[in-house]
Amino acid sequence: MAIEFKPSPSLPPPVNSVGAVAWVRQNLLSSPLNIFLTLFSFYILYLLVPPVIEWGLVGATFTGASKADCTGDGACWAFIGVYFEQFMYGLYPSEETWRINLALILLVLLLGTYAVKTVNKLYLSLVILVVYPVIAYFLFAGGVFGLEVVETSLWGGLFLTTLLGVVGIVASFPLGVLLALGRQSKMPIAKSVCIVFIETIRAVPLITILFMASVMIPLFLPEGMNFNKLLRVLIGITLFSAAYMAEVIRGGLQAIPKGQYEAADAMGLTYWQSMILVILPQALKLVIPGIVNTFIGLFKDTTLVYIVGMFDLLGRIQAATHDANWLGMTIEGYAFAGFIYWAACFGMSRYSMRIERKLETGHKRN
Amino acid sequence: MTNTNMARAQLALGEEAIIEFNDVNKWYGDFHVLKNINFSIKKGERIVVCGPSGSGKSTMTRCINRLEEHQKGTILVDGVEMNDNLKNIEAIRKDVGMVFQHFNLFPHLTILENLTLAPIWVRKMPKKQAEEMAMHYLERVKIANQALKYPGQLSGGQQQRVAIARGLCMQPRIMLFDEPTSALDPEMIKEVLDVMVQLAEEGMTMVCVTHEMGFAKTVADRVVFMDAGEIVEANGPHEFFDNPQHDRTQNFLSQILNH
Repeated sequence: MAIEFKPSPSLPPPVNSVGAVAWVRQNLLSSPLNIFLTLFSFYILYLLVPPVIEWGLVGATFTGASKADCTGDGACWAFIGVYFEQFMYGLYPSEETWRINLALILLVLLLGTYAVKTVNKLYLSLVILVVYPVIAYFLFAGGVFGLEVVETSLWGGLFLTTLLGVVGIVASFPLGVLLALGRQSKMPIAKSVCIVFIETIRAVPLITILFMASVMIPLFLPEGMNFNKLLRVLIGITLFSAAYMAEVIRGGLQAIPKGQYEAADAMGLTYWQSMILVILPQALKLVIPGIVNTFIGLFKDTTLVYIVGMFDLLGRIQAATHDANWLGMTIEGYAFAGFIYWAACFGMSRYSMRIERKLETGHKRN
Repeated sequence: MTNTNMARAQLALGEEAIIEFNDVNKWYGDFHVLKNINFSIKKGERIVVCGPSGSGKSTMTRCINRLEEHQKGTILVDGVEMNDNLKNIEAIRKDVGMVFQHFNLFPHLTILENLTLAPIWVRKMPKKQAEEMAMHYLERVKIANQALKYPGQLSGGQQQRVAIARGLCMQPRIMLFDEPTSALDPEMIKEVLDVMVQLAEEGMTMVCVTHEMGFAKTVADRVVFMDAGEIVEANGPHEFFDNPQHDRTQNFLSQILNH
C-alpha cells in the first residue's frame, strides 16, 4: 500500500527577522560601513534640517503687504502672498481670472469622471481631447458670449506653464507614436521622412527652435499673415518633445518579441489593428518611465519661453524679484518656484508608477 | 526526389487540394532555404513535417500564411495565390489558424480577450457572441476556469492550449502548428498533444511541424521529411517509419527514435 504524502506545516519566521527592530538592523546597521553611512546621514540631516526649518517656518513672516512687514530673521513669504496672483495668472486681468479657474475645475471634474464605472471611456476621452480644448480656448481667449478678449501676451505665470506643459504633452505623445511607427515602417519614404525629422530636431537645442518659432518664422511669412506667437511656441515645443518621445517609444517597439507581431499577423489583423490592439499597449507600458521622463523634461523646458519674451511662472518670479520695493527676495522666489516645479514633476512621477503597477499582468513577455 | 515520392507528394488527379506548393523557392539573403518545393495537401488531411533543425520545415509552414515570403514559384491556399496582394493575405489569414512554439499569447490581455480579439476585430462578431464562442473552445481545451486570468499566470501547457483555442476561434479551415510542444516541459506535452489529437479526429486540415513521432504515427495521414530545404520523402506513417526509402530519412529516424 502506498504511503500518503503530507507536506510539513509551515512554521512562522524567527522573531528577530520581522518587525521594526529587524528592519533597522537589516537596513541601517548591517555592516560597519552601513553603520557609518547611517550615522553620517543623520549628521548631514542635523546640519541641514534645523536651519531650513528655522528660516522657512519658525522665523518666517507669512503675511504682510510690504517688505517692512517682514521683521523676522527668516523668510519673507509675504512677498509670495503679494505677488501670488501674478505668479499664478501672469498679467491676466484680475476680474477675469475666474475663467482660468473655471477651466481648471472643469478639467478636474472631467478627469474625475473616469472613476465612474458606467461612463463610456472612449466618449469621455473624446470629450476631453476634442470638446474641452475648444471650451478652454474660448474661456481663456474670450471674444464669445460677452467674454472680454484677453490677448495671449497677457497670459503668464503658472497658468502659462501649465498650458505649455499640458498641450505639449498631449500633442507630442500621439505625434511621437506616429514618428516611432514611421521610423519602424517598411515604406522607405515614410521611414526617411521620420528619420530626418527626428534626427534634425534632436540635433538642435530647444532655444534655437523657440527662436525660430518666435523670430524667424514671422520674417518668412508674407505680410499680414502672422499667427500667434504662443501658438508658434507651442508648436515648437510639441515638435521638439515629439522627436524625443519617438525615440523612447521606438525602444519599446523594439523590445516586443517578434512572435507578438507574427501572432497578430497570423490572425489576420491589419497593420493598424495589430499596432493599436497588440503592439502599442505592450510597448508603451514598457517605456512608461522613459515617456514620463520626457514629459517631466518638457514641463521644465517650458521655462525657456522666457527667452522669447513670454513670462511663465519662473519668468514672473524673476521679474518680481527685480521689483525695487521687494529687493532681496530672490531666495524666497526661487524656493517657491522650486517647490511648484518639484510638486508637479513629483506628482507626474508618482502617477506613472501607479499606472505601471495597475498595468502589471503578472509577467513580462513570452 | 524520386518519381515515386513525387507521386506521393503530388495528389492524384481529381482530389481537392486546399494547399498547393508549386516549385516554391526561398532565399534568406544568399542562403537557399526552400528548394523546389512541390507539394499538395488536400482538405481534411493531417500532415506532419519533420526534419533536422535548419531544414526549412518551419519556413515552409510559415509560407502558407505568408509569415514568410517565397521568392519563386506559387503557393495556392484555398485557391487563392499568396502574393503581395494584401487583401489575399488577409483573407487567407482569416481562414488559417496558427500555433507557435512559444505560444505568443498577448500578455496584456486576459485569456478570454486573447481569444475574442480576432473574432471581434477581423470577423466583426458582436462581443457577446465572440465570448460565448471563446468559452466554448476553452471548454474544449479544458481550461474554461482560467478565462479571466492573464497568460503569465498559466503554465506552459495551459498557455499552449489557450493558443490552440485562440486559433480555433477564427473557425479556420486549416490549422498550422509550428513545433507546438518544443518549448514545453515533458509533463505538459501530453495535455497539448491530446487536444491536437482530438482536433485531428474531428477532421481539421492540419500541418504540424513536430518531433513527436508518436503523434505522427497516430494521427498523420502523411509524414513529410525535409532536409537542406528539400522534401526528401513524403509517405504514409506506416511506410515512413517502417520502410523509409532514403538513407537520409533512415539516418534521421534512427537518431530520434533510438535513445
